[in-house]
Amino acid sequence: MARPCPNINAGSMADISFLLLIFFLVTTTMDVNQGINRLLPPLMDDPTAKPPKINRRNVLVVLVNSTDQMLVNNKFMEIGDLRQEAVIFFTNPMDDPNLPEKESITQKMADSRGDAAKYDKWKQTYEVLGEDYKVSKGVISLQNDRGTSYKMYIQVQDELARAITEVRNELCMRLWGVKFTSLKEETDLARIEAIQAVIPAAISEAEPKNIGGQQ
Amino acid sequence: MAKFRKKKLEAQFELNTASMPDIIFMLLFFFMVTTTMREVSLFVKLKAPEAYEIQKLQKASPVSYIYVGKPTQPALFGTDDRFQCNDQFKDIDEIAGWAIQERQILPEEQKNKMTVALKVNEETRMGLVTDIKQELRKAQAYKINYTTRRKGK
Repeated sequence: MARPCPNINAGSMADISFLLLIFFLVTTTMDVNQGINRLLPPLMDDPTAKPPKINRRNVLVVLVNSTDQMLVNNKFMEIGDLRQEAVIFFTNPMDDPNLPEKESITQKMADSRGDAAKYDKWKQTYEVLGEDYKVSKGVISLQNDRGTSYKMYIQVQDELARAITEVRNELCMRLWGVKFTSLKEETDLARIEAIQAVIPAAISEAEPKNIGGQQ
Repeated sequence: MAKFRKKKLEAQFELNTASMPDIIFMLLFFFMVTTTMREVSLFVKLKAPEAYEIQKLQKASPVSYIYVGKPTQPALFGTDDRFQCNDQFKDIDEIAGWAIQERQILPEEQKNKMTVALKVNEETRMGLVTDIKQELRKAQAYKINYTTRRKGK
């Protein structure tokens, strides 16, 4: 019964696959779901409530106006210099009296003696880090105008996030010889949480003002 | 001379196209893997800004999208920046209601994981973005993501 198998004409195969390819090209997009994650603050119950008093040296005020110019602590600054400024602000390596104060972890533990959960958190952080790291009290206050372009806003957010990552990387490198960004959430969760506790992403956004007018 | 010409004619051969489907299939698989399905039809022009410090959206978390930009059909929708929530144009005071509705349809254990991804054109002014953020705060949709493209290192 063995008959010679006739050749199958595969000439239209290319056409069919072309058709499929074009279908996928049209119906799909390349855009990826990635970006800068942020957590919005809850609305204040009482709008007249005064914000907590913060020492002037602990705040880095970043203002962006409607023509995308930036003022950092009353100094005009280009976007390229912002990261370095923020890193120095957060680390304060020379203990400059004009830069933020620092508070050691043991000090924080002593302060939170009344609050068991807080105390445990700092105690655990202390154990994971294995040293009495001095936590900066610095907070970056970011305020933009209604006329600021979204591009500029993202650039500023990005530069500040990079600064924080840089400081975290530095500490992580010194303690364990690895970068913070290469820690895995599955295996090094304690370390990640400890680093995040001592170097928080302290960026606060002020309610926007409309000075430059809407464009 | 005639002999020579005849030989040349014989040497003409057909191009072997047997591997053509393979190549196209390869391309097809590449596109199937790297792209995602278009979920909504966009009515606004969008060019996301670039950033270095970007994270992927968590796979497990449910995401709702707000697209902000200039309408693609200015004759119908004007030339001002508009925004669409998933696939509809909305007014600013409808956002809070929309966000609450989006959360309502989620299963119970995912309700507090809802993320709103803001896909905003880089030319957009912050005023509109701020208004949207303010409305999201009213709806207690605090987790947001500014969609950005990766900047080359």
